Amino acid sequence: MKKILKKHKIEIIIITCILLVSILAIIIINLLSNKGRYVVVIYNQKEQASYALDKDIEVDLTYEENHYNKLVIKDGKASIVEASCPDKICVKTYSISKVGETIVCLPNKVVIKIVGQKTDVDVVT
Amino acid sequence: MKKEIKIIAFLAILIALALVLSYVDSLIVVSFVVPIIRLPGIKLGLANIAIIYTLYKMGIKEAILVSLVRLVLSSILFGSITTFLYGLCGAILSLSVMIILKKLTSFSLVAISIFGSIMHNIGQIIVAIFIMSTKEIGLYLPVLVISGIICGIAVGILSYLTLKYTKNITLFN
Repeated sequence: MKKILKKHKIEIIIITCILLVSILAIIIINLLSNKGRYVVVIYNQKEQASYALDKDIEVDLTYEENHYNKLVIKDGKASIVEASCPDKICVKTYSISKVGETIVCLPNKVVIKIVGQKTDVDVVT
Repeated sequence: MKKEIKIIAFLAILIALALVLSYVDSLIVVSFVVPIIRLPGIKLGLANIAIIYTLYKMGIKEAILVSLVRLVLSSILFGSITTFLYGLCGAILSLSVMIILKKLTSFSLVAISIFGSIMHNIGQIIVAIFIMSTKEIGLYLPVLVISGIICGIAVGILSYLTLKYTKNITLFN
């Protein structure tokens, strides 16, 4: 074991450094992010709608035929509970509430993002 | 003549292996890592075993070939044009970093596999930022780097064992 450690000293040091920097970055990102106030829905790189986080609602986001993501806002947190995409990654993503956090659905080209300030697009109030 | 046929057949086996591994990969979405870091959709990158194996056993050109053919076939079979784009950027970055490290340094197989995994994730993030034009996806980078390190260790050890147990097999003599 000691021999292995000595032989591969440089690579172990480099990888440990990368690991520590990443952990530090996660902590900093978590500390800097503030609680958001609105959810913005982006489809195909364009903003489609925004919803206030303080009201509990359920909406179906349908921008293409047979493609949908069901967005639920509850207790100030947004999450996608149902989707038509095959991988269901957006459904498995944890609910989001901090500025800059996103849930991404690659197959449906839908991104939901938390923002602090309201933008000019305001479809639903 | 006979040697060439052997190489072609062996490459075909490796490509088939990489394809099966990437299918198995899509079945095991690593969810036990998720509770700590709240990002799902992390894959082990098992297909990298076949690519590392090719890189060490056969050479650079063959590894590039196996990687690209696997990517095209797995996109046609299990994915779409978007998966192809994500995979392409990830595969190019990860393979070139692995080749450069193998040529220039005396890094161990596990370390090379770790850097390959990290670069694969970085490549996918870059494509995601461009396709979604959402810069915030970049915030997932540290999480993906850590998952790359963990998955890279697993894949590296598996490739090391595969190479170790097939050491005595001489294909081309």
